Amino acid sequence: MAHIVVENLVKTFQVAERQAGTWGAVRGLVRRTHRTVHALDGISFELRPGELVGYIGPNGAGKSTTVKMLAGILVPTSGRCEVLGRVPWKERKAHVQQLGVVFGQRTQLWWDLPVVESFDLLRDIYRVPADRYRVLRDELTERLNLGSLLDTPVRQLSLGQRMRCDLAASLLHAPPLLFLDEPTIGLDAVSKLAVREFVQTLNRERGVTVILTTHDMDDIEALCSRVIVIGGGRILSDGTLDALRERVTRERWLLLDLEEADLAIEDPDAEILRRDGQRVTLRFDPARVSPAQLISRLTARYPIRDLFVQNPPIEEIIARLYGGQEG
Amino acid sequence: MRAYRSLVAARFRVLLQYRAAALAGMATQLFWGLIRVMIFEAFYRSTTRPQPMRYSEIVTYIWLGQAMLGLLPWNFDTEVRNMLRSGSVVYELARPLDLYTHWYCRAFAQRVAPTLLRSLPLLTVALLFLGMRLPPSVASGLGWLLTTFGATLLNTAFMTLVTITMLWTISGEGIQRAAPFVVYLFSGMLLPLAFWPARMQPLLHFLPFRGMVDVPFRLYLGQIPAAQMFGEFALQLLWTAFFILAGRALLAQGTRRLVVQGG
Amino acid sequence: MTDAWRLYRHYFALSLRGQMQYRASFLIQLVGFFCTTIIEFLGIWALFSRFGSLRGWSLAEIALFYGVIHLSFAFAEIFGRGLDTFPNLVKTGDFDRLLLRPRSTLFQVIGMEVSLMRVGRILQALPILLWGAHSVGIVWTVGKALLLLGAVVGGTSLFLGLFVLQAALSFWTVEGLEIANILTHGGTETGQYPLDIYRPWFRTFFTFVVPLACANTLPISLLLHRPGALPLLGSLSPCFGLLFFGLALLAWRQGVRHYHSTGS
Repeated sequence: MAHIVVENLVKTFQVAERQAGTWGAVRGLVRRTHRTVHALDGISFELRPGELVGYIGPNGAGKSTTVKMLAGILVPTSGRCEVLGRVPWKERKAHVQQLGVVFGQRTQLWWDLPVVESFDLLRDIYRVPADRYRVLRDELTERLNLGSLLDTPVRQLSLGQRMRCDLAASLLHAPPLLFLDEPTIGLDAVSKLAVREFVQTLNRERGVTVILTTHDMDDIEALCSRVIVIGGGRILSDGTLDALRERVTRERWLLLDLEEADLAIEDPDAEILRRDGQRVTLRFDPARVSPAQLISRLTARYPIRDLFVQNPPIEEIIARLYGGQEG
Repeated sequence: MRAYRSLVAARFRVLLQYRAAALAGMATQLFWGLIRVMIFEAFYRSTTRPQPMRYSEIVTYIWLGQAMLGLLPWNFDTEVRNMLRSGSVVYELARPLDLYTHWYCRAFAQRVAPTLLRSLPLLTVALLFLGMRLPPSVASGLGWLLTTFGATLLNTAFMTLVTITMLWTISGEGIQRAAPFVVYLFSGMLLPLAFWPARMQPLLHFLPFRGMVDVPFRLYLGQIPAAQMFGEFALQLLWTAFFILAGRALLAQGTRRLVVQGG
Repeated sequence: MTDAWRLYRHYFALSLRGQMQYRASFLIQLVGFFCTTIIEFLGIWALFSRFGSLRGWSLAEIALFYGVIHLSFAFAEIFGRGLDTFPNLVKTGDFDRLLLRPRSTLFQVIGMEVSLMRVGRILQALPILLWGAHSVGIVWTVGKALLLLGAVVGGTSLFLGLFVLQAALSFWTVEGLEIANILTHGGTETGQYPLDIYRPWFRTFFTFVVPLACANTLPISLLLHRPGALPLLGSLSPCFGLLFFGLALLAWRQGVRHYHSTGS
């Protein structure tokens, strides 16, 4: 039984045009013209319980529109959407009771209150029984290391501390579904790892279904077995990261660390991508020439100190995917 | 020349964007004026006793009040207020003398510009449709203009003084709350001063606030003879000087206090 | 239903505590509200000493009108303060967060703030009301007390309804919210007097469009046994205020629906 079913979601907005110039402003007084924006052009996918999915795409691609629909905030122009057996916007209150949402850029906690008081208020808002609340709160406090923060007003917290508190807040009512929107944005390395580890444990141990929207590819690589790429209102790719890579390009990269700088490197099966003094990055197609063959050829001809074979970084993959869409 | 034209065009565009706000403001003032006029009308219909003002004079007084509302010392300069609250005014300490002048001029402009904009359409409508009368003589009209200018100077000085009290948080706050209310009561905005009981008249005459509203309006109506315009203007200037000196002194003391406290 | 009450109590306690933190400032503002409102009655008193009567109404009777309308407005102000800051919520997109909680959005907005300093208005309206009632010589019965209570309830629902409508406007537009102050503050000023002293068109507006008449003129006329008072209408008057509030709730719901389809 799927947790989330999305079928052919379409969303068009009518945006009032602002006319340029003085004459335009006067015209705007009398008549407003509208421009149609196709935010979503038929999105379909399904999520099973316990999946940890990355939902990525360039800005304006329709990510937040989709998530808002799944949350019940936005109503589609057409199409079907079912979350945990409900249509989100039709049964808003019942639906949101099962949902936790964290926005990286905005906190849901009350600014002037100590953290624990925000938690208490949320307990009443979500109607969590007192004893269950206490257990959950203590567990989350321990897992996310919030002990020293509970009595601090939210406005005095650092970004990393606030994010951990927001994560806890979103889970106080034990939702089976969690939406994370840019959860690691602006965080220092330590906090990022803490957040990632927490989400992973949450998903593995509790089976909480997670949708992660982010621009941070490290998050995606660390957490997501499945990645959905959206661009221009359409799904560009839906599958594992490796499958995504395969789809975009089979190429691999070879990083060489040469003994001398500015050495001319040439090979019929490899193309120089970048060079920086002693470092050269080559790309090749492993179908045309095996990595082993290429390496033995190059090491025979050039003084190589060190080398490294890797997949193109995921950013590169995504950029090409986006670029292909926009092109 | 082109640069000038585009500047005017840009300004016009901005004004158009504020059209809703401007219209709303005018509608509000029309409403308030109408209520007051209606209430007075009902009162005048209820008795034959002679009153300090004729009904037609009251109507003019009320509409003048709505038109000149923007001149009154009611709105704080939010930028200055934030500066004072955060204490960053300390950075401007280099020349406290100029700081006061700077604030005074800002407050003055903030009164004059919007009032000119709003009052002209409102006065036109009131004169044409709502029973407002023109001054009985040119001299009265001039007297009104002169003392309105004086009132603006006075209001600005008073407002600047109140703003400066923001350097003191609690007591300052009390004064800021009290000031508009005091002005509203003693200037003539709540009720033309002549309508207050006879016992109160000496007090009202002594206080500076009559110069803000009652004096210019009564000159307009001719109730204060035009010949007295210079005397009244001088009185306004006297009170203005008083508020300016008080404001300067308070600013100097207040910024010194900030420096001592470390900002 | 009981957990809604429990949640509101929680909101209330937090609001209270937050305001008590800055006690001196709170007191100053409370006194401020007291003073700024009481001078209105001072003005009325001064006018009555000059004119003697107002279309057959005495100062004591006007005091009843004054007291009732200010009590109504004060209660509405105290509980409806969250609605003042609502337009900002829509602008910043923080309204989304309210939609993500399993509670009525309006309930959450109202719960956000309870402005207790507005009690200053009550502190001056109540004595004036009591003085007026005493001077007029009302013989109190249960029925009369209920009538008065009904007037205040009707008035409070009316003003709260106006606040809700004003806030709901921001679902559709960014501008033009100031104009609603004409109805709320202007309505309060208007309601200080019986509606029959005003011009006919004004009277009609405040009877049928914004039913202010049900909050003051109808019930108080009945209370004072004025000739021409309508007993049935006068006693049912709070219903009109509540009806108006109900209409405002519908408008709010429409606004939320609009938000659902446009996102902002």
